[in-house]
Amino acid sequence: MKHLRQLEDQSVYIFREAYKHFNNLAMLWSMGKDSTVLLWLARKAFFGHVPFPLLHVDTSYKIPSMIEYRDRLAREWGLDLVVGQNKEALAAGMNHTMGRVVCCTALKTNGLKQLLEHKGYTGVILGVRADEEGTRAKERYFSPRDKHGDWDFRDQPPELWDQYKTTFPPGTHIRIHPLLDWTEINIWEYIKLESIPFIDLYLDKGDGTRYRSLGCAPCTTPIKSTAKTVDDIIEELRHTTVAERSGRAQDEGRGMELLRKDGYM
Amino acid sequence: MPGDEESMKATEAKPSENLNIVIVGHVDHGKSTLLGRLYADTGSLPDGKLEKVQAICKQQGKEFEYAFLFDAFLEEQEQGITIDTARTFFMWKGRQYIIIDAPGHKEFLKNMISGAARAEAALLLIDALEGVKEQSKKHGYLLSLLGVRQFAVVVNKMDLVGYRQDVFDGIEKEYREFLGQFKAVPSQFIPVSAKLGDNIANRSGQMSWYSGPTVLDTLSAFRKETARAEQPLRLPVQDVYKFDARRIITGRIAAGRLKVGDHLVFSPSNKRANIRTVEAFNIEPQPTEGQAGQSIGVTLDEQIFVERGEIASHQESLPSVSTAFRANLFWLGKRPLEKGRKYLLRVATKEVDCEVASIHRIIDTMDLAQQQGSNSVGKNQVAELTLRTKAPVAFDLSASFEATGRFVLVDEYDIAGGGIITELVHDDQEFLREEARRRDFAWVKGEVTVEDRAQQYGHRAAIVLITGGRHTGKSFLARKLEGRLVADGRHAYLLDGENLRRGLDADLSEEERGQTTEMARRYGEVARLLMDTGLIVVSTTNPFGLAFREASQAIRTLVHPVPVIAVHMSKTAEEPPPNTDVVLAGPTDFDAATARILDELKRRGVLAQAIGAKPVFQYSI
Repeated sequence: MKHLRQLEDQSVYIFREAYKHFNNLAMLWSMGKDSTVLLWLARKAFFGHVPFPLLHVDTSYKIPSMIEYRDRLAREWGLDLVVGQNKEALAAGMNHTMGRVVCCTALKTNGLKQLLEHKGYTGVILGVRADEEGTRAKERYFSPRDKHGDWDFRDQPPELWDQYKTTFPPGTHIRIHPLLDWTEINIWEYIKLESIPFIDLYLDKGDGTRYRSLGCAPCTTPIKSTAKTVDDIIEELRHTTVAERSGRAQDEGRGMELLRKDGYM
Repeated sequence: MPGDEESMKATEAKPSENLNIVIVGHVDHGKSTLLGRLYADTGSLPDGKLEKVQAICKQQGKEFEYAFLFDAFLEEQEQGITIDTARTFFMWKGRQYIIIDAPGHKEFLKNMISGAARAEAALLLIDALEGVKEQSKKHGYLLSLLGVRQFAVVVNKMDLVGYRQDVFDGIEKEYREFLGQFKAVPSQFIPVSAKLGDNIANRSGQMSWYSGPTVLDTLSAFRKETARAEQPLRLPVQDVYKFDARRIITGRIAAGRLKVGDHLVFSPSNKRANIRTVEAFNIEPQPTEGQAGQSIGVTLDEQIFVERGEIASHQESLPSVSTAFRANLFWLGKRPLEKGRKYLLRVATKEVDCEVASIHRIIDTMDLAQQQGSNSVGKNQVAELTLRTKAPVAFDLSASFEATGRFVLVDEYDIAGGGIITELVHDDQEFLREEARRRDFAWVKGEVTVEDRAQQYGHRAAIVLITGGRHTGKSFLARKLEGRLVADGRHAYLLDGENLRRGLDADLSEEERGQTTEMARRYGEVARLLMDTGLIVVSTTNPFGLAFREASQAIRTLVHPVPVIAVHMSKTAEEPPPNTDVVLAGPTDFDAATARILDELKRRGVLAQAIGAKPVFQYSI
C-alpha cells in the first residue's frame, strides 16, 4: 500500500503543478481503467473537485456501456464533460476498414486536435503509462507538442527533480502525464485500495473472456481470462507474460510509433 | 538462452515495491545490452516482445542483440544509439525495478541528467576494453552533483579482455581515485559480460577471482530512501486552494514531519499560523499528520496570506533567506549561460528572476581541472557561480537538505540548467531582514485582521515609492496622487520624509542623519506601521538625496511582503533603480502620471478594478 501512496503523492504533485501553471487546462477521459484512476487522482489533488473540463474524443465506435458509464459518473461527480467528434470524417464514412492507422488518425488524433484547437487548451492531462508500450516509455511528465500537435521525441526538454516544463511559446501546448510511473498492476491495486468504480467490461462475466485494454469495439478484442474480481485481475497480472495492449490492433507493426509522433495520445 | 527464461518466469510473480534505477556510462559501453540481459534473465519480457524484435532484426538483415529490446524506436536502431530516457520495468526478488535507460552519447547529456535526476540508485558502466572514458567521468561527477548516492560500477565486456583480474583492478583503481576527488564512494565494482550473462543474474564460471555480488544481488541491496522524514520540516507551498469553505495550503513535504497544532513559520514572508486540519479526499479517518514525500493540504487557524514559493518550517529550524547564493551548476542550454543576463530561477516551488553575479570557475568533468575568468558557461559544462535574485528567496544548502537546496534555471521557455546550493551569500539587506523577521515574530495583533480592513476599505495596503533626482517633481506628483486616491474614496496618506527628520529623527546628530541605513530603517518601520492600518502610503525618498537607490532597497526589505510600487522620475533618460515599475522620463504630464500609477495599483491587485467594488484577494500582514 505504501508504494501506491508514493505513486499517488507524485501524481498529485504533477496535477497541482499543472493546475498552477496552465490557465486553459483540460483532461482526457476515455473511461478506461487508467484515465478513470487519473480522474480519481484529480479529485485527490483538488480535495474532491475537478477544476477543469474532461474531454472525451468520441469515435462513435466505442462500446455502448462505456458511454453509459461516462454519463453516469459525470452526473454523480459533477464533472464538466466536453465531448468532441470528427463529424466531417464520420460523415465521409470513416471506419477501421479504411486502415487502422488511417481511422485512428482521423477519428482520434484529428478529433483531439480539432477539440484542442477549438477550445484553445494549452495544457492537456493524459493517462499514458511508461510501461504500456515502447513509445510511451520515452515520455516526460510535461511533454511539449508543437503547433501541429507533433512530438519531437529526439529533442525533449530536460526534467530535473520535480521541476517540469511549464512555459512554452504561443501556439504550442503541453501534454501532462501524471500516471507515467504507474504499472498496470498498480492501477488495479489502486482501484481496489480506493474502491474506484470501473466498467465491468474488464471482468469475466462467465464466458471466460474479459477486456484488458479498452478501445473502439471493432479494433479491441477481449482476452481469455476467468478474472471475476479486481483481486483476480491482480493475481492474473502478476503471472502473465502477455502484453497489455495485445488486444489492440493499432499496435501492430509500427502503428503506435507513427500515431504518437503525429499527436496521438 | 531463451530456453532458461521459461523456468524463471513461472516462479517470479510481479511484486509491488518499486525502485528507480538509472544506468549510465560512456556511449557503446553496453547499457542497452545490460538492460536486455537483465530483462531476459529475470523473465520479465512480455510474450512476443523478443520475437517482435528478432523479426525486425531479420527484416533489417542484422544479428539479434539484447540491446535492441530497449531501442523501441526504429530510428534509434538505425542510428545504433539510445536517444532518450526510456523507462522499462523488470522484477527481481520482491521488487520491481524501474529502469531509466540514460543515453551515453555526448549530445544527449540532458537526457542522461533527466534520467539520473529521478533515480534512487545507479549503475555506471565501464567497458573493460576501452577503460575509463570521458563520459564515464562526466556521468560519475554528475551522479554526485544530482544527489544519487547509491551506485555501483559495472565493468562490462570482461569476455573481450579474457576475464583478466589485472584489467579489472586497474579500472577500479583509476576510477576510485577519480570519484574520490569529490568524495563519491560506489557500493561495488562488478566485473561482468552483459552479452554472455556473466555475473548478471548468475555467478560467472570465468572469474573465480571475483567473490563479490552479482549485478542483481547489488540491486537487491539498494535501499529505498527514508531518512528525510527525520530531518527538520520543509514544506514548500505549491498552491492555495479555495474550492469550497476550506482554504487549503498545499505542497509536497520535502523533509521532516508535521501534525495538527504545529506552529508553522513561512519564509521569506515570516507569516505564522498553527495547523488546524490536515485535509485529504477519501481517507477515513481524516489524517492528522504528514511526513516527507507526501503531497498534502493543511488549513490554518488564521487567515494569513501565504503564496506559492514560500517554505513552511518549524520555528526552531528556519531555512536561509537571501537574494544571493553560491552554487555548482551544470548547463544544458542551447546558448551559453552568460554573466549579467536574466534567467528565471526555480528553487522548490519558488520562481523568481535572477542573474549570474559572477562565474568563479568552470570545472572540466574530465579531469576536474578548473578554468577561471570566464564570463559564460557553455553547453554541457559545469561551473561554480554566484546567483543574485530579484526578490528574497528561502532555501537551504544542499549538503543539509536535498530538495530545498537545489534549483533549475529557465532560459526563455526551457529548463536550461540545474545545480545545488553550496553557500549562503550574505547580502547587504541581511541586517534589516533579520530585524523584520524578529519584529514580525513578536508583532502583537489586534482582533481586526488586515483581511477585515481590506474588505472594509476596498483595497490592500501598499506603498508607492517615488524616487528620482532633485527637482524632478517627486513631491508634486506624490501630493497629486494622494489627493486623487482620497478623492476616489481610497485610504491614502502622504508620508513625507522631511516630517520624519523633524520629528522621529530629531534625536539624531547631523552625522547620524547622514547615515542612510538608520534613516532608511526608521522610515521603513514607520511606513510598515501605517500599512498595518490598511493605508496606501504615498512616499518620496527626498531625505535620502542621492542615496535613494540604497534607501529604496532597505524600505522594500522592511515592508516585505507588502506590494511596493516603485516610480522613478528623471528629466532625461537614465537608468532607474532595479525593480522600478513606472518610469517617468522627460517633462512630466502629472495627470497622465497619476493615471499610470493607478493602473499599476490595479494590475498589482492593490485596488479593485472598479471604485466601490470589493477586492477579490486575501491579504494580511
